[in-house]
Amino acid sequence: MTRKKDEIQFDHNHDDIDRRGFLKCMAWAGTGAFCVVQGGVLKSYSLSRIADLDPSTIKGELSFAQISDSHMGFNKPANPDVAGTLKAAVDKINALDTPPEFLLHTGDISHLARPEEFDNVEQILRGAKAQDVFYVPGEHDVVGDDGKEYLERHGKKSKGAGWYSFDKKGVHFVGLANVLNLKAGGLGSLGPEQLEWLENDVKPLSASTPIVVFAHIPLWSVYPQWGWGTEDSAQALGYLKKFGSVTVLNGHIHQTMQKVEGNVTFHTAASTAFPQPEPGKADSPGPMKVPAAQLRSLLGITDVNFVQGRDALAIVDSKLG
Amino acid sequence: MNRKKRYLAVAMLLVGLGGALLGTTLPASGSPAQVASSDQVKIDNFTFAPGEITVAKGTTVKWVNRDDIPHTVVSDDRSTFKSKPLDTDDKFSYTFTKEGTYSYFCSIHPKMTAKVIVK
Repeated sequence: MTRKKDEIQFDHNHDDIDRRGFLKCMAWAGTGAFCVVQGGVLKSYSLSRIADLDPSTIKGELSFAQISDSHMGFNKPANPDVAGTLKAAVDKINALDTPPEFLLHTGDISHLARPEEFDNVEQILRGAKAQDVFYVPGEHDVVGDDGKEYLERHGKKSKGAGWYSFDKKGVHFVGLANVLNLKAGGLGSLGPEQLEWLENDVKPLSASTPIVVFAHIPLWSVYPQWGWGTEDSAQALGYLKKFGSVTVLNGHIHQTMQKVEGNVTFHTAASTAFPQPEPGKADSPGPMKVPAAQLRSLLGITDVNFVQGRDALAIVDSKLG
Repeated sequence: MNRKKRYLAVAMLLVGLGGALLGTTLPASGSPAQVASSDQVKIDNFTFAPGEITVAKGTTVKWVNRDDIPHTVVSDDRSTFKSKPLDTDDKFSYTFTKEGTYSYFCSIHPKMTAKVIVK
């Protein structure tokens, strides 16, 4: 096929990663990218080209949206109105051509794990047409009380620190909690109990089952110097080796980024609250202050579509403004 | 100002600051000046500064968070001392009554580590 200028491809069934293409994908990720995985090949397009796409690649039997890092309670100059930007995210989700069946929130729902912060987010998300919201905790949601408040609200059906799984139209979803019992100097952590649960949870599934894993801190080493990684993620991913299609959705780093490794596609979502600097591009990963007019272009949501029988997950990152 | 003089000036300033802080937190008979250069740790830019301080037994060390993001001050064993989440400008203090080296970290951002040495 003819390769267009703005199109990149990975053939990750073979070990022939198009590294130049990969870097291009990374560059786009900052402004939003659209990814389609079909039969193990990932195609990535910049959002500006989305109108050129065949709509059948976007519509599928299952569609869901990911929101992340709403940090309700944050009120510093980087974004004094995190409730407003979360509402904007909900509006954006409600306006999608393919209405998502449910929402995933990949953590840092609240800024300080305060009851009123959780209340606020729940109230705003009730404005979404999709009523089901599946959460995993961020480190801000478990601060001060080791996750008690979070688990009382969102952990009813989960185990341990808040991990669980569920199935939707043939796709197996696994929510993992990697923000509790962090050790001095360390990274995100799943812990032996959760790893054992994961191994047993996926064992009975056939290798053709599409897997979506979601957790707050990235399950790949984005930038360990800033704590952007999970120390025992390799073991977790080891249990998923037999599956042909694994998608990992994370938050935490407040910017979109993606990576393909073997059968696994990793994505991080933008925050709905405030942007953080690119790895190593600042002294610390603190909130990035940008001109007000630019802020919403750095916040966003991720829209994911699954086309049954094609092993396909189409992932679209959209900006809020 | 040559380097030595500048160092001296900075050192004097630090001693002055330390004295002022001690004055507000400890009785005059508190820690000897040669051990406690400062009993205040500032959290700024995801860093405890200074990253290592040496204080006399009985000193109350104070932390203040100057970041836009909350942090905690938690001893490595998670039990000796453990602050609540400190939002911007929130403070935490702990009085060290035993000699030893106390390593601590931020339980939200565990890459942030530091220590207090008590003599």
